Amino acid sequence: MDSLLIQRGRVIDPASGVDHEMDVLLRDGRVAAVAAPGTLRGQATQTLNVRGAIVAPGLIDMHVHLREPGHSHKETKVTGTAAAAAGGFTSVCVMPNTVPVNDSVEITRWMLSPERGALVNVFPIAAATIGSAGEKLTSFAALKKAGAVAVSDDGKPILDDKVMRNVLRRAARLNMTVVQHAEDTRATVGCSMNYGPTSFRLGVHGMPNSAESSVVERDIALARETKGRVHVAHLSTREALEAVRRAKKAKLRVTAEVTPHHFTLIDENVGEFDTHYKMNPPLRSAADRDAMIEGILDGTIDAIATDHAPHAFHEKQVEFERAAFGITGLETALPIALTVLHHHFKLTLWRIVELLASNPAKIFGLAGRGTLAKGAHADVTIFDPRKKWTFDASQSFSKSRNTPFDGWNFTGRAVVTIVGGKVVYEG
Amino acid sequence: MKPSLGSLLSIDQLTTEQIEAILALARRMDPNRPSRLLHGKRVVLLFYEASTRTRASFDFAAKALGAMTTLVTTTSSSIEKGESLIDTGWTIQAIGADVIVMRHPNSGSAHLLARYMSVPIVNAGDGMHQHPSQALLDALTILNHKKELRGLRVVIVGDVYHSRVARSNAELLSRFGAEVIFCGPRDFVPEVAATLAPGVAVSHDLNAALQGADVVMALRVQKERLAGRHHSVEDYIAHYQVTPHRMMLAKPDAILMHPGPVIRGMELASEVADGPQSCIHEQVRNGVKTRMAILAMVLGAKN
Repeated sequence: MDSLLIQRGRVIDPASGVDHEMDVLLRDGRVAAVAAPGTLRGQATQTLNVRGAIVAPGLIDMHVHLREPGHSHKETKVTGTAAAAAGGFTSVCVMPNTVPVNDSVEITRWMLSPERGALVNVFPIAAATIGSAGEKLTSFAALKKAGAVAVSDDGKPILDDKVMRNVLRRAARLNMTVVQHAEDTRATVGCSMNYGPTSFRLGVHGMPNSAESSVVERDIALARETKGRVHVAHLSTREALEAVRRAKKAKLRVTAEVTPHHFTLIDENVGEFDTHYKMNPPLRSAADRDAMIEGILDGTIDAIATDHAPHAFHEKQVEFERAAFGITGLETALPIALTVLHHHFKLTLWRIVELLASNPAKIFGLAGRGTLAKGAHADVTIFDPRKKWTFDASQSFSKSRNTPFDGWNFTGRAVVTIVGGKVVYEG
Repeated sequence: MKPSLGSLLSIDQLTTEQIEAILALARRMDPNRPSRLLHGKRVVLLFYEASTRTRASFDFAAKALGAMTTLVTTTSSSIEKGESLIDTGWTIQAIGADVIVMRHPNSGSAHLLARYMSVPIVNAGDGMHQHPSQALLDALTILNHKKELRGLRVVIVGDVYHSRVARSNAELLSRFGAEVIFCGPRDFVPEVAATLAPGVAVSHDLNAALQGADVVMALRVQKERLAGRHHSVEDYIAHYQVTPHRMMLAKPDAILMHPGPVIRGMELASEVADGPQSCIHEQVRNGVKTRMAILAMVLGAKN
């Protein structure tokens, strides 16, 4: 097999405690060596000079909707993973709300089949209950064996205490994480944005913060009781963040992700009913957005995940209240993290890599990922934190165009994405 | 001001000068004196929701200016077959509409249509969001009785939360320096309502709110919206119905308004609806004049 030597980059690998100018040798799909510049010369069939760029373990997006099976008009494994590669992601964890729901070994295997043509690693998150109906549990052990890395009824939160308790217990026995989209859907019927002055002005029903925080608090209580592992998906409210902060102080096995849009945008950005700002959880108040930044800076937030949710034109360009929830995010997540968190809020690149690679791998137990240690999978993201560029949604690799970040100027982006030792994107 | 308004989507979008210009033009309009101002223009009334006053008065307003009108409603069109709003708009535009007047149950639908159409859109009510022609005709009505809007105390009582009339009126009145008090039970008048515009306040005590009021504007209260809420119909009537006794708390020269349809015995006692302070019929008459002015302005007619 081919080998590749990545020369003269600054290697940042928090999992192995490295932040130095180093050369990285990839061979047979693995990291063969990381050593001082020049010392690995002549050992590879190909070389890549990346002076000035950051060489990081391949980024992992914990929260992606790739839409297949069932909604291939929105996205396919091919288009979605192409967008992932362009955004610097070498792995995507895909949610089970497909049609049919991924609640079986068959669908998990179907998603993982080479025929899907995925450009990056795909890690299915299986449904926690059959059909995500919130009643009967799926076969966690069999799903794990087939390749599922976590369980979740994303989009259809598990509200029943007894069911959630059983899900947490069974997942804990298998060392699996339970991902919860925290929303008390009984309190959000007919709602299409955040509750507040903007929803009142627009005459749109709004979701209160408590609909999120009440479920997060309940889940934390159950995590304490069951010793289970809860991962809060796309956390968006200051109250839920505070609950996670307390849970971490109490050493509970609770982790949380936040999306780039929730630490960047606020409900007022909906403006005059722009459906590119409609997602669930909704964009919140400025106080909530600022709390997300604070949570990232103080380490309460473990990961940045996109909740990449592609939708077709005819599903978004309709009446605001009828428009589908969700935006794409794979190509803009790293650029936003670099522009907003690193350049503006002075978050270190080390922490950025933790949020986008090391921590996601740890939370989902992805062995040999999220690190460039010798023997790890040869998944590498090389990014230039200073490259200035403008995102043009019409040029997106995704099949869909539903993003609020069209035309945004960023500082920083992925320049080379390597999966299993193979270059899958070069910008 | 610009010769043409473009679309009329919300009160927010209008400058103070544009509002004054519409009101000045409305005062000069006379539905009983035929005009050829909009001769040859085609006005499509696209109604996704039931309406008596708004639809009929836009229709009369257009015809009084010599325009042709065509009515498209949900049940008698391809809308029922699942055609999207944008496609319906494109179709109507291609047929040759010069302006589309739309009533729609979803907030923001007029903005959506305006984003994709090249002809002007007149918002005749979108969900709980806006009803700009109503706010304009209400301002015209108030100004028939009061010297200016500045300094007036206007009490808007009823189901403010669900009301596009309340939102449009409060924005317009606030712009001209009136004090607006939203009044009703908490479910209908949440605290957040006070953030709508400067000079807007929230009250849950109608007797207190009415003290010194210059204008009392009652809103329709739908029985089904009280179902399952903290307030029963009896509670609502006991605390928030505008009665002759309560009208006496307002200034002696206060006027009583209602955008219609009135649910007698619910938000208004009949004696008040038909009483000497009631301007309800005048509002409807002003509706035709105001909508004549709006159509003339969005179509950029020289006058």
